[in-house]
Amino acid sequence: MATRHDTAAPPVKEGGAAPGRPPAEAAQAEARRRDRLSRRWQRDIRWSPYAFVSPFFLLFLAFGLFPLVYTGWASLHQVEMTAPTDMTWVGLRNYTRIFDDEFFWNAAKNTLTIGIISTVPQLLMAMGLAHILNYRLRASTFYRVAMLAPYATSIAAASLVFVLLFGRDYGMINWALHFVGIDAIDWQNDKWPSQIAVSTIIIWRWTGYNALIYLAAMQAIPQDLYESAALDGANRWQQFFHVTLPSLRPTILFTVVVSTIGASQVFGEPLLFDANKGASGGAEHQFQTLGLYLYEQGWVNQHLGRASAIAWTMFLILIVVGIVNYVISRRLRASS
Amino acid sequence: MTTTTLTKSEPEDAVPAARRVRRPKSARAGGQHHGGPIAYAVLILFTIGSLFPLVWTAIAASRDNNRLAQTPPPLWFGSNLFKKLDVAWTDANLGKAFLNTTIVAGTSAATIVVLSTIAGFAFAKLRFRGKGALMLIVIGTMMVPPQLSVIPLYMMVAKLEWTDQLQAVILPSLVSAFGVFFMRQYLIQALPDEIIEAARVDGANSWRVVWHVVFPAARPAMAVLGMLTFVQTWNDFLWPFLVLSQTGNPTVQVAIAGLGRGYTPDQSLIMAGALLGTLPLLVVFAVFGKQIVGGIMQGAVKG
Repeated sequence: MATRHDTAAPPVKEGGAAPGRPPAEAAQAEARRRDRLSRRWQRDIRWSPYAFVSPFFLLFLAFGLFPLVYTGWASLHQVEMTAPTDMTWVGLRNYTRIFDDEFFWNAAKNTLTIGIISTVPQLLMAMGLAHILNYRLRASTFYRVAMLAPYATSIAAASLVFVLLFGRDYGMINWALHFVGIDAIDWQNDKWPSQIAVSTIIIWRWTGYNALIYLAAMQAIPQDLYESAALDGANRWQQFFHVTLPSLRPTILFTVVVSTIGASQVFGEPLLFDANKGASGGAEHQFQTLGLYLYEQGWVNQHLGRASAIAWTMFLILIVVGIVNYVISRRLRASS
Repeated sequence: MTTTTLTKSEPEDAVPAARRVRRPKSARAGGQHHGGPIAYAVLILFTIGSLFPLVWTAIAASRDNNRLAQTPPPLWFGSNLFKKLDVAWTDANLGKAFLNTTIVAGTSAATIVVLSTIAGFAFAKLRFRGKGALMLIVIGTMMVPPQLSVIPLYMMVAKLEWTDQLQAVILPSLVSAFGVFFMRQYLIQALPDEIIEAARVDGANSWRVVWHVVFPAARPAMAVLGMLTFVQTWNDFLWPFLVLSQTGNPTVQVAIAGLGRGYTPDQSLIMAGALLGTLPLLVVFAVFGKQIVGGIMQGAVKG
């Protein structure tokens, strides 16, 4: 039995605990000493992984899970910003109140449309860019770094710059449009233009980032697949559709999920796109997102309970989106 | 081309030195075609689109407001740049804001890098019960929207009377599920099991293994993760905006967001502030751009 502990990597099973026949005295003492050593060794092997991961989980419990649960709890209470510790149980009333509020539905609709206008073109362009970057190119690193520069720009800085670029009277974009015969567009006050403008900020910041993620996945596709496709007579386009895209499916799903989560939380861009209207997201709430609506209810109107209900509603929507995503990816995998 | 004599599937190290022929890097990684003029045109167009708003920020900051309220908009620099940067610096309390943001981003980057490395090591190389489930939780946390935690965090901070204090921003930003995931992916490949075993045979316990084997092996990835985290924390907006006031004790993002307020905002001043807030990161990008790009691409490849 004792010899088993001599190996450098002791077995995971605790050897000393098993009852054995009583061996000779000296051997027993030796065995006990080894046992102690190996116990310490085993304790290290067994428990140190938990020690290594525990800081993350402790912090996550305090700043991730606890707030998540507590928000759910608070959403069932009336809580005012002025006295956050006074909680009165109201059941689901916060939820019925926000569902009765037309601005909630307006914000939900805006979040969806801004999400679509910002995510779909962004990912399509990123895919095209990644495909081009995957060619043999001169100075390819330069393009990659340049395209990532917007990622280094903050929401605050980017939004403020685009407010000026999208100015109605003196903005550069309207100025450029007049050369192609388009009249000045009121990018801040008209519904669709303002949503397009807010989406443009998001697209500008994230396209290069997503392109790099696609590029990384493309470079992991084995060269042989392209060679055999070429032997079968596939041209560049056919190779792209029959080799590249199918191999990229998991990455595409990943970016769709990440972008969906990001789109559900859009906050800074619409807040700063009309800084004076602030939380209302434009004079007519034309680009108020759910994130902004939550901020308005919680921090402007001071109803923290209602804000919590909005937060949980957003979370539930995301879970549904996640499930739909999962089902679609299962279907896709099954069909291929 | 001489390179065609090499079989593509052969790993580089297996090729004898004499036969090793230099090939462009992109060719190895699957770039099957040379880029034509259209490819370059598209790339140059996107590069201009990416960089133009940044350059124009500087142009707008260098002009006075009367010039910004005219068509055509200015396309080249004026003479006011340094004056405006100077005013923005004092008006928005940017000195304080830079110090604050550096403290916040530095602390959270350093902590996240260390905690992610040891947790990533455990997930990559150690066996323990519940590992699969715990890793699933890590990945799951990446999906929880920050807005969900904002309200109770705000209540906590209000109760502790930490409003306007930096620890309110620092503490919640010490966790990064992405960091754990990123280090795990890196260490799976970069840290051979044999080295860990060798260290164990020499009698090293787990902590010594971490210190003497894992940290040195993980150094390149730690640098990349550190930079990515720094960029992200530097740019954080929602949470600092909620807990820090715009004039008293802001981070850079909160301070420049405050510049946009008011009914006749000083546009060129706002642009000067935006430029100042972005400049440090653009410098980081100019210097370490290649490594950051490599890091993002590496984090994207799943293992």
